[in-house]
Amino acid sequence: MDNAAAFEKVVGIIKPFVKNQEAFAKPSEGTRIIEDLGVNSARLVDIILAFEDEFGIEVDDESADKVRTLGDAVQMIQRKTAPAH
Amino acid sequence: MDRQRLPPAEILDLLPQQRPFRFVDEILEVDEHRIVGRYRFREDEWFYAGHFPGRPITPGVILLEAMCQVGVVALGIYLFALERPADEGRAFTTLFVDAESEFMRSVLPGETVTIRGERVFWRRNKLRARIGMFAADGTLVAQTTASGLGVRNE
Repeated sequence: MDNAAAFEKVVGIIKPFVKNQEAFAKPSEGTRIIEDLGVNSARLVDIILAFEDEFGIEVDDESADKVRTLGDAVQMIQRKTAPAH
Repeated sequence: MDRQRLPPAEILDLLPQQRPFRFVDEILEVDEHRIVGRYRFREDEWFYAGHFPGRPITPGVILLEAMCQVGVVALGIYLFALERPADEGRAFTTLFVDAESEFMRSVLPGETVTIRGERVFWRRNKLRARIGMFAADGTLVAQTTASGLGVRNE
């Protein structure tokens, strides 16, 4: 999957949890999920579970904790969906 | 206390909500997937005086609270104890995160309700459950899908 496709899916998954629609109008790789988009931190578990379902991956707590921005989410997903070498 | 399957009496002992804001009398069944609890709304509950004067009806928010005390907090205490010493749970408070609810009919003073909760997910101290409240005749009176997050006390 290319980055743009993954980014679009990430944006679609996070959309229902966004409180700051203005910041969400122009989402970028650097957009911070909690600070910029106003997502309730208690909802991060829901978002991680949605990533797991959508991309067929397993996200351990350590990887989940590193996801701060939309770009972090895309990179984490790309790493976990990359074919094994 | 070690990791264990807590019996209902110990779950009730660890449930932090107390009168007049405890809406669980007993826990009838519990395992890692589901829980069944029961509560009788006393005729003299504090909220009936105002909701509504001369025509007491249990407030929907109280029905939601009762469903969550059983299906989220009590089941959460049980699930927590499967992973860590149950006593450690006293250092946490379950905060209400989200709910989508529907109320089908009124619950009147003196009614006993049975609350059935089923786990949707349990992850990182967050529990989401589908919970139904049933009248004595088995009628579904309210239902919710609700979540709570265990947060360490400051």
